Amino acid sequence: MTEMMARENWGKSWIEGATGPWDVVVGLEVHAQVVSNAKLFSGASTEFGGRPNHHVSPIDAGMPGMLPSVNRYCIEQAVRTGLGLRAEINRYSVFERKNYFYPDLPNGYQISQYAHPLVGRGRLTIDLPDGSAKDVGITRLHVEMDAGKSLHDQRPDATLVDLNRSGVALMEIVSEPDLRSAEEAVACMRKLRSILRYLGTCDGNMEEGNLRCDANVSVRRPGEAFGTRCEVKNLNSMRFVGRAIEYEARRQVELIEAGGTVEQETRLFDANKGETRSMRTKEEAHDYRYFPDPDLLPLELEDDFIERIRAELPELPDAKQARFVEQYGLSAYDAEVLVAERASADYFETAAKGRDPKLVANWIITELFGALNRAGRDIALSPVTPERLGKLVDLIQAGTISGRIAKDVFSDMLESGDDPAAIVEKKGLKQISDTGALEKIADELIAANPGQVESYKNNPKALGWFVGQVMKATKGQANPQLVNQVLRRKLEG
Amino acid sequence: MSELTGLTLAEARQGLRDKAFSARELAGAHIGAIERARALNAFITETPEHAMAMAKDSDERIAGGEARPLEGIPLAIKDLFCTQGVLTTAGSRILHNFVPPYESTVTRQLWDAGALLLGKTNLDEFAMGSSNVTSWFGPVTSPWTEVGADAPLVPGGSSGGSAAAVAARLCLGATGTDTGGSIRQPAAFCGIVGMKPTYGRCSRFGIVAFASSLDQAGPLARTVRDCAILLRHMAGHDPQDSTSADRSVPDFEAALTGDVRGLKIGIPKEYRLEGSPPEILQLWEQGEAWLKAAGCEMREVSLPHTKYALPAYYIVNPAEASSNLARYDGMRYGLRVEGKDLIDTYAKTRATGFGKEVRRRVMIGTYVLSAGYYEAYYLKAQKVRTRILDELKAAFEQVDLLLTPATPTAAFRIGERMDDPVAMYLNDVFTVPANLAGLPGISVPAGLSREGLPLGLQLIARPFDEATMFRAAGVLEEAAAFSAIPPFLAAEAKR
Repeated sequence: MTEMMARENWGKSWIEGATGPWDVVVGLEVHAQVVSNAKLFSGASTEFGGRPNHHVSPIDAGMPGMLPSVNRYCIEQAVRTGLGLRAEINRYSVFERKNYFYPDLPNGYQISQYAHPLVGRGRLTIDLPDGSAKDVGITRLHVEMDAGKSLHDQRPDATLVDLNRSGVALMEIVSEPDLRSAEEAVACMRKLRSILRYLGTCDGNMEEGNLRCDANVSVRRPGEAFGTRCEVKNLNSMRFVGRAIEYEARRQVELIEAGGTVEQETRLFDANKGETRSMRTKEEAHDYRYFPDPDLLPLELEDDFIERIRAELPELPDAKQARFVEQYGLSAYDAEVLVAERASADYFETAAKGRDPKLVANWIITELFGALNRAGRDIALSPVTPERLGKLVDLIQAGTISGRIAKDVFSDMLESGDDPAAIVEKKGLKQISDTGALEKIADELIAANPGQVESYKNNPKALGWFVGQVMKATKGQANPQLVNQVLRRKLEG
Repeated sequence: MSELTGLTLAEARQGLRDKAFSARELAGAHIGAIERARALNAFITETPEHAMAMAKDSDERIAGGEARPLEGIPLAIKDLFCTQGVLTTAGSRILHNFVPPYESTVTRQLWDAGALLLGKTNLDEFAMGSSNVTSWFGPVTSPWTEVGADAPLVPGGSSGGSAAAVAARLCLGATGTDTGGSIRQPAAFCGIVGMKPTYGRCSRFGIVAFASSLDQAGPLARTVRDCAILLRHMAGHDPQDSTSADRSVPDFEAALTGDVRGLKIGIPKEYRLEGSPPEILQLWEQGEAWLKAAGCEMREVSLPHTKYALPAYYIVNPAEASSNLARYDGMRYGLRVEGKDLIDTYAKTRATGFGKEVRRRVMIGTYVLSAGYYEAYYLKAQKVRTRILDELKAAFEQVDLLLTPATPTAAFRIGERMDDPVAMYLNDVFTVPANLAGLPGISVPAGLSREGLPLGLQLIARPFDEATMFRAAGVLEEAAAFSAIPPFLAAEAKR
């Protein structure tokens, strides 16, 4: 899995420049689309992929006289997210207008939050490669509406605007500059996505654009104050988050080492070239003229509302990981992999019921995940149900089939989705645990290969050759322990 | 003026109930009056077919014994209220061709109560003005003229078309919006009653926004009772407007008992402006005398921050307006003037589509919200606003109502004060505090100036206490017995 591979590149959290080491400092600004049926300020549908401009109410289109009214469910989702990030929920928050002109922004302003966000300080924990954990500070979370989409490639002579997305609720989640490498930033994004998906507050699909990330990157000499940061935009996959930060940090180091200075600016990541380039400088930055939206009253939340949401919070990845280690005796690493998605954690718990959890975890992580990855399938659509994977493990534990045969059975299950016992039965894969039958094969083998028998006497490791021959003769169905036992007795007999 | 157009709304309501005339006859009389009064330019869009179709429906309902409260009452609607399928311009070139696919909550309620749409009335562009001269569709002329002069006068603004239409007997009542006095000031200039309810009393949904925290819809009519009747059907909570108040709407008409004994009336001493025309001060004193005679207790109150109301207003108002008007960008509806690129298209569209006063406010508003100025202007103005609100709250612990003049002068001539925006803004000096504090206010015609022009008195009440305000306004109305007829009507009668 990509996650496992990414880990191996971890290790050092600094960049070696020509003149010595540099710290990398990263903070993230994440836009997460809220899971809701209706938009933040209108009743229009949030369905993805509809015909252009078919999920647009006059409110979303900025028609004269139209007024926003807050979709309470979106607020609930944002509060849920805040609680999931162990953050303070502000009882009082204010919607403000962020004013700028753009054709896909129908009102000429975006309704956002500024001075008084819905959610204040929180934190999330990422796991470092050395096995330790690190807390990353969350500065704030606020709720805002999305803009529409400008389509520049539909016609040569014009830009078209699709307002389906206009008014969809977003959560902007801002982290502290606590991250010290591209890998940490990626781990933070993964953890955040995992939490959002557990909470059901964001689908977390970066390719569809419902989870977007900007990174504030700066470099400094170890121990010194923060350097000037650049904001890197357009990071629409986990891979790009890592590559863009890596590139940007190196660019800044090289710039400074060549005698230059970093200018505060917004830079765009070009995924094709793998580089960042200047989008606008500080001087060109917009003056958004924020002011409280007079169409909306300040948002005041009752404690009951917040406590009800808190009470309904699901078990989140960190807690689940700890419990998996505690309850099932899994390694921290296996537990972390399993809990990354709620669906895989649930899968594991169903499959592990009443059996050796470590064996089950192994099968899921190495065999099932591998197969799903190759097929590009989600665990929710796994052809092998957790119950059947459990039964497969039962067959191994009962000695009915060997681990090697089990892999064949598993391949069959992936294809057919059938019950493993039925596959074993149908294909006659049952392990040969009949001592008599094995003794007969062993006797024949010893009789036919006096040379090998001789060499075993000098080198007991030659037993392996005999075992292999027995397995070959039984098409792998022999119980390996029993084969060992029988052969040793015969050869030494 | 025909017999039917001369009726008050309440009288017409009775006549329809008594089947003394039909809704079609009533509508037809007003449609004829509107046609004959086109010189006033009170309407941007006339909708006679609409009115007659609705009147036909009203007649059927009346015949079937299913008359609704405003069944068959012909109204004029300020062209700031979106009306489904009917051109809605806000008096601006940028919306010269805009036909909304939706209805404002206020007008929907009026139609649901049985009223008829006669047409959409002229106004200052986006309601920005006190004279109705900034409309892209040309100025409205007041049906009033000075004694011995025929120079055209402004009807006041921004609801100038509505006020002129009511005064000229072109409709039985009209809707207006009041952001800084835009109902009360033209009502005073035109010798009719105009009231601004408490902020949140009427839904703003579907009303083209000017300054959202100040805008409020209200009725204009020829009597206090008519306004009370209209307001009941305009008001009410609307989940589509988060700032609309979730409160029941009382029967304001029932509040008109004529009994104001024991009511405490405050006279704010700071409203005695230096340089006020003596006739304004005399009228004010006359108003005090009338209320006292009716059994009210008069008290002087102090509102020392009054002098900061107008400056604060002229910061908050353009700030909100600059943002509210950003949506008129030529991209989705209304005027679009192609430029060489996007920015140029924006600039050309807005420079062509907006008149001078609108551009001025957009620029002032953009400025006061800009980085580095926000604290000094916008935030400071909000603090002043809070102070004014506190001061008024304190005053209303001592008194039930405030009595003030409605305007600092009578109507002026079209073309006057045009080169001095500040002089123009001063028109709102008595009306603006109620908007800043969200309080209800009413202007009642109370006398004539030396030139024979109407002058109004204003009552301001506690939030959501329109009932008390109507009650006292009814008493003032009766005492003043304002019966002057606009010269335009008198001249028409002779024709």
